Amino acid sequence: MAMLTETPAGPVVLSREQIEEIGAALDEIRARVTDDLGERDREYIYSIIKAQRGFEIAGRGLMYLGFLPPFWLAGVAALSVSKILDNMEIGHNVMHGQYDWMREPGLNSRVFEWDTVCPSDQWRHSHNYMHHTYTNIHGMDRDIGYGILRVDEAQPWNPLRLGNPVYAFFLMLAFEWGVMGHDLEVENIVQGKRKWLDVKALLKGQIRKAGRQVLKDYVVFPALTGPLFLSTLAGNFTANIVRNLWTFSIIFCGHFPSGVQTFSEEDCAEETQGEWYVRQMLGSANIDGSRLFHIMSGNLSHQIEHHLFPDLPANRYPEIAPEVKALCEKHGLPYNTGSFSQQIGSVWAKLFKLALPPVLAGKPQPAGVIVVRRGQDSEVGV
Amino acid sequence: MVGLIDLVEKLTTPHPLDRYLELVRPTFTLRQMRAEITHVRRSAVGSVTLTLRPTRQWQGHVAGQYVQIGVVIDGVRHTRCYSPVNSDRRRDRHIELTVKAHPHGLVSNYLHENAIPGMVVDLAPAAGIFHLPEQRPDRIVLITGGSGITPALSMLRTLATEGYAGKVLFLHYNRSPEYVPHRTELEALALQHNNFRVEMLYPELGTDANFSYDELERLAPWFASAQTYLCGPPGLMKAVRTVYEAEQLADRLHSEEFVLTVAPGDPATAEGEITFSGSGKTIENTGASLLEQAEVAGLTPEYGCRMGICFTCTAVKRTGCTRNLRTGEVDADPDQPIQLCINAPVGDVDIAI
Ligand code: FES
Repeated sequence: MAMLTETPAGPVVLSREQIEEIGAALDEIRARVTDDLGERDREYIYSIIKAQRGFEIAGRGLMYLGFLPPFWLAGVAALSVSKILDNMEIGHNVMHGQYDWMREPGLNSRVFEWDTVCPSDQWRHSHNYMHHTYTNIHGMDRDIGYGILRVDEAQPWNPLRLGNPVYAFFLMLAFEWGVMGHDLEVENIVQGKRKWLDVKALLKGQIRKAGRQVLKDYVVFPALTGPLFLSTLAGNFTANIVRNLWTFSIIFCGHFPSGVQTFSEEDCAEETQGEWYVRQMLGSANIDGSRLFHIMSGNLSHQIEHHLFPDLPANRYPEIAPEVKALCEKHGLPYNTGSFSQQIGSVWAKLFKLALPPVLAGKPQPAGVIVVRRGQDSEVGV
Repeated sequence: MVGLIDLVEKLTTPHPLDRYLELVRPTFTLRQMRAEITHVRRSAVGSVTLTLRPTRQWQGHVAGQYVQIGVVIDGVRHTRCYSPVNSDRRRDRHIELTVKAHPHGLVSNYLHENAIPGMVVDLAPAAGIFHLPEQRPDRIVLITGGSGITPALSMLRTLATEGYAGKVLFLHYNRSPEYVPHRTELEALALQHNNFRVEMLYPELGTDANFSYDELERLAPWFASAQTYLCGPPGLMKAVRTVYEAEQLADRLHSEEFVLTVAPGDPATAEGEITFSGSGKTIENTGASLLEQAEVAGLTPEYGCRMGICFTCTAVKRTGCTRNLRTGEVDADPDQPIQLCINAPVGDVDIAI
């Protein structure tokens, strides 16, 4: 697939001055939004919370009529929507500190918990800190393949990689469990870089959190429906799977479609704020869609805006997206976006392609953008 | 009841039950205390008196204590402390707060202008050690100035309801009579109880003198044998303390500071001291971010990105004023979680790490 930025003359080169200009423009957007935060954002997040609670109660209630297939299906749908909203537009965004300014104890990033098996404090470490600080830097951002998948040419190939799409498929089904295990860095334990002792506390937290979730979805609620125990259990299980498929797909569209660039640790040493912004833009991808689609994806369909401003309330991303896009166009930078089918298709194509050894997979794509850092060109991989 | 709530919370996990109930009605909560404003009265100039009906968790207050209330202004929840002014024997469990609108007081101005019956506020349990002892002293002096009147008002009303037989002097300083909240009621109390003496003085009008030994001696010659409760602006506090110390009566003087949180002058200057109250360390402010200064002081607060995006370094600022290094915004609200890596102290600050 052709790089969005590839010009007949080769890759786009970003000069130092351009980078500083981009940084200043983005700082200004940020300041404008922070100044404007208020009642509107509060109403927005509470309306989403209200909707989520409504779907949850409806979903649980419909399970009492689960012996009738249409009601069972409606129950599963309501519960799936509830879990998706809880995880994405509420959980993910609240835990990014997007609503901390409201000083609402129930919406504070440090104490919020979400409806998934991963304890929120562990997720905040692996996601808010590791992934968002070191976005797409090899060896630092563990979201590049999550320690299981080959999603980038710079990850070495070995025969085990042949299973790449299969691993991805299973990760998709069990996504919440994958997210839970992420902070353990299992592959580092296997390689002896991390001791079991170091992860004891993490495991304890996981058992506690996952235990509660499992108890609720697979024991208590099914038991409350008495003779419908199995039907409710199956319904809850299905809703969890639906949520997994959806979150996996949206999240994978954020960084793995073609045209997204990755970086080396060396490139990113002593990064300026402007360089950091540019890396976030080159390393993320958006998905086009309706307002409802954006809400259901927690506005992670605006992954580029989210990566530039992870702590701004997500409902602001659609508002600022045109400005970010215009800024990219001005400097000839890619603004990686496409329909959901385009982006997810490109993700799976990549997962298949990178399963193959480099000789069969063909030549890696050339760098689309060259960033001049500290006076030197730094090639960014594709 | 608690057992049942716990059980239901197994079902609502990971969200506490209150996060569901408050969506139905803000006063419907099980654990979190709130209060509904039932009456609003604006009688004295510049202040408003609110009657609050707390939710069932309210345990009452002891005359002289304060409560914390929280209101949402432009999307942000702000909390402030006020002393209830009603008798602590009030039967209907309602509380009455008198709030003086300070020129730069965000919450007090908001309440003064916007409070209406039906409004719901957050409420924290009554706290504070500035209150009458259970075993009432034989003689009591209450000295207050400005909005410092509120805890003393609660004390006097409580003494009135319980038919206190000892002597009381209620001495209040203010700018002029219209500014004194509950003035007519205070005068009525003095008429009903001949053991209560209520004196309101207005030094700024030129009719009365400032607080002095002679003044106190004239109004309550027995003051040395009384317990004295003092609350008011710094000038008054200092004058009273000086007299009591000179008379070696410091142990009979009980006082409560009322601090106004106002942002200090120039946010860019590095002045004051940082207290890390969790570890008992105090250092001179150098103007760097709180995270860097904490590390220089030998502390190891949790951190991640060090650039304000991951919220790992969030800690509670107890008191003082901080400046956000990214936005320049200054925040002087007490007990607020802040990000240490992008906030610098402005003047004295207390961080709970
Ligand atoms: S260390 Fe990441 S926000 Fe302060």
